[in-house]
Amino acid sequence: MGINLHNISKQFGQFIALDAINLAIPEGELVALLGPSGCGKTTLLRIIAGLEHADQGEVFLKGENVTHQSIKNRQIGFVFQHYALFRHMTVFDNIAFGLRVKPKKLRPTPAQLREKVHSLLQLVQLDWLHDRFPDQLSGGQRQRIALARALAVEPSVLLLDEPFGALDASVRKDLRLWLRHLHHELNVTSIFVTHDQEEAMEVASQIVVLNHGKIEQKGTPSEIYDHPQTDFVSRFIGQTNVFSLQDNESNWLDATGITFEGAKGIVAHVRPHHIMVEKRDDAAHTDIFLKDWQHLGATIRLELNRQLPNGKASTIYAEMPSEKFRELALTKGDRVALHITHAHWFN
Amino acid sequence: MSQSHIMPGFRPTLSITLVYLVLIVLIPLSAMVLKTLQLSLEEFWTILVHKRVLASFWLSFSAAALAASIATLLGSIIAWCLVRYSFPGKQLCDALIDLPFALPTAVAGIVMATIYEPKGWIGEWVMAAMGVQIAYKPLGIVFALIFIGLPFVIRTIEPVLQEFDSAMEEAAASLGANRWQAFVKVILPNIFPAALTGFALAFARGIGEYGSVIFIAGNMPYISEIVPLLIITKLEQYDYAGATAIGLIMLVLSFVLLLIINSLQWWLRKRNGQL
Repeated sequence: MGINLHNISKQFGQFIALDAINLAIPEGELVALLGPSGCGKTTLLRIIAGLEHADQGEVFLKGENVTHQSIKNRQIGFVFQHYALFRHMTVFDNIAFGLRVKPKKLRPTPAQLREKVHSLLQLVQLDWLHDRFPDQLSGGQRQRIALARALAVEPSVLLLDEPFGALDASVRKDLRLWLRHLHHELNVTSIFVTHDQEEAMEVASQIVVLNHGKIEQKGTPSEIYDHPQTDFVSRFIGQTNVFSLQDNESNWLDATGITFEGAKGIVAHVRPHHIMVEKRDDAAHTDIFLKDWQHLGATIRLELNRQLPNGKASTIYAEMPSEKFRELALTKGDRVALHITHAHWFN
Repeated sequence: MSQSHIMPGFRPTLSITLVYLVLIVLIPLSAMVLKTLQLSLEEFWTILVHKRVLASFWLSFSAAALAASIATLLGSIIAWCLVRYSFPGKQLCDALIDLPFALPTAVAGIVMATIYEPKGWIGEWVMAAMGVQIAYKPLGIVFALIFIGLPFVIRTIEPVLQEFDSAMEEAAASLGANRWQAFVKVILPNIFPAALTGFALAFARGIGEYGSVIFIAGNMPYISEIVPLLIITKLEQYDYAGATAIGLIMLVLSFVLLLIINSLQWWLRKRNGQL
């Protein structure tokens, strides 16, 4: 087992940051801790690292109880959100730091050290920057140097705190894929914290969704997306339309062809791509019209306006391939009918 | 220089800077040099190598250097404590630090002399415990100069510590550095340039300090007589040329020392990639 957490709790004053977290992460996984800000994900990462003490509970790394060990003895690599590179050292010295502070007996010779640092620089494809200072690098370069520095001590666990949070959108996209490939190459158990569900889906092999200091769900990206176990996960991952049976919606929902089979609750969560849209010229049969639409690339997002019986209006989001949208030849204001193919039910 | 700036302000600010420097710094200092020129080289040399003058120069510079070093050490610790931790009474401590700036230095000198003299509250106790006399000895000068120099150091280091990214410390620990290694290799290099500036300020202030020192020093020629006092003594004897000669040498020495400190700082920053 790579990382094991038993009953981890942490409180800041009256605020409960983590509430009895139990989590097992197998060796070699790349796990995303996903959740909204304030859900406790960074606190959990810092407790695993030893940068924070848990009020209660135990941390095991590779089967060893490290709860009372200081960060410097835990053999972890930590990558900080704002890089935390040593500003007064060159890139080379930054990466060499972890090797130079080793006890004398374990310290590599200068030749070994030089070789190790250059091989790490090649790994992150930045060997040509070795004599620069951190202030002279771009954000993406700094983050890669921070990663190389963390890898220099050959950590048994790699922890990354919002690693792409401070980067431009395009750099972030590149780095995500790069991190995934790097992980395939090194296979070191890694956890990264993010509030961006897209990022978690794209990079991680396992996602742990946190909310209010508790684990909502843990699974592969497909499991999380296709089988959300809680109301929160369904809303947080991807876009969701929410219909409640309590609001006298059952007749209307029935008419959309939704299946109540296996319904566990009274609230239906429907993904936008599970709504089929048909054009209807006949106003009597429908109270939904197309308000607006956005081009998202291969898909089109429709913003539909539905007149509720109580006189209010609600917005429903549907998505379809752009060819389908062209076939339908919808324009703003057109009346439409909906067919719902799949729903998740919650209480 | 002829390149025009889009945002105005270069010409007026440069004019004010130059006028100020000429009126307040350059003209008075030139007057001092001119006055000194009344002396022949031989007379100048005789004044300078007089044992009493040499002793006072040695005392002024060594006491200022020692006091500035101690103030830098203490000031760094105090600044660290004030920036890193919060404790009851922190605001009060913060306000107390600036007190030496505002207090007439003579008052400080008199108070310190009273307390540290062999029969004073602390002086008596130190005398009994260690057999060391503070006031009316060169040691008293060092004490006064630490008091004067401390706020310069604290106020210079404080903003740098506040800005210091403590994630760097955490990064050092995560890479296996112990507390001492993290301090020496990460924290110290980052605050050292500021500490050096603080040292330079405290040192410069210490060399020129007069008011507090004369009350605690005892002012024995050859033993506890500082250079500024010697200048005043010469003035009181209407030896204006002699006073300016000593003043001029003091000026040159201070300038050279500050220049060395500033270049050291420039070199440090360059080495750390901050230039």
